[in-house]
Amino acid sequence: MNTIPLEHFLLVAAALFSIGLAIAITKKHFIGMLLGIELMLNAVNINLIAFSRHDPEKLSGQLFALFVIVVAAAEVTIALAIIMRVYGHYKTVDPDQVDELKR
Amino acid sequence: MEAAAFYSFSILAIVSALFILFSKNLIYGAFALFLTFLGVAALYVLAGADFLAVTQIMVYVGGILVLMIFGIMLTQKANKDAVSTTPNRVEVLPSRELWGFITGTGLFVFLGYIILDSQFEMTGEIISSKSTIRTIGVELMTSHLLPFEIAAILLLVALIGAAYLALNRNPAQ
Repeated sequence: MNTIPLEHFLLVAAALFSIGLAIAITKKHFIGMLLGIELMLNAVNINLIAFSRHDPEKLSGQLFALFVIVVAAAEVTIALAIIMRVYGHYKTVDPDQVDELKR
Repeated sequence: MEAAAFYSFSILAIVSALFILFSKNLIYGAFALFLTFLGVAALYVLAGADFLAVTQIMVYVGGILVLMIFGIMLTQKANKDAVSTTPNRVEVLPSRELWGFITGTGLFVFLGYIILDSQFEMTGEIISSKSTIRTIGVELMTSHLLPFEIAAILLLVALIGAAYLALNRNPAQ
C-alpha cells in the first residue's frame, strides 16, 4: 500500500489545475468558467490529501479538503443563482456582453 | 497493481479534463467533468482518504454537477434560428484560446519545475490501511469544532441567499 511517490500526485494535480485555468480563461460562457473553477478546486484537494498521507494521527489535510468541498458547494449554488439572474436580465451567458459598467 | 490503478485513473481524469477544454458543447463538457470527478475520487482512495472519496462522489457528482446541468439547460440561447442543431455551443475566440493555452502550459511547466526541483522531507509515517472516518469524526468534534460550526452557518447562508436570488421576481418593479 502507498508505494506511489508524492511527486506523482503533485504532478497530476498540477496538470488538472493548469487545464482548469485554461478552461476558465478560454470558455465564453459563465457555466463553462464555473466548470474550470471546480476543476481547479479539485486539483487543490488532491494536493492536500496527498500531503495528508504522512499525517495519520491528525489528518489535517483531509479536514482542510473537507472544508474546501463545503465552500465549493456553497460557491457553486450562489454562482448559479447569480447566473440565472444575469441571464434573466441580459438574456445572455457571454461575459463579454455584460459590459454595462464599461460604457 | 496499485501503480497501474493510479496511472489509469490519472490518465482518465486528465484526458476527460482535456476533453472539457476542447469540446464546443457545454453539455458534453459537463459529462466529461463527471468522469474527471470520478477519477479524482479514485485518486483520493489511492491516497488513503476513503471518506473524502465518498464525499466527493456524493457532493460533486450528486449535487454540483446536476445543478450545473440544470444551469446549462436553463440558460439556452435566446435566438434559436442559427443554433438549432447545436444549442449549447460555446464560441471560443482564437486570441482567447491562444492566451488560455499559453497560460495553462506556462503554469504547468512552472509548477512541474517546482515540484521536481524540491526535495520533500516527510517525517511522519505513511497512513495505514485502516479507515479514516473515526479520526475525521473525532477531529471535527474536538480541535476543528469552530470551523465545523462556521461551515454549517456558511451553508445555511448560502441556502438562504441562493433561494432569495433565484426567486422568479421581476426586477423592474
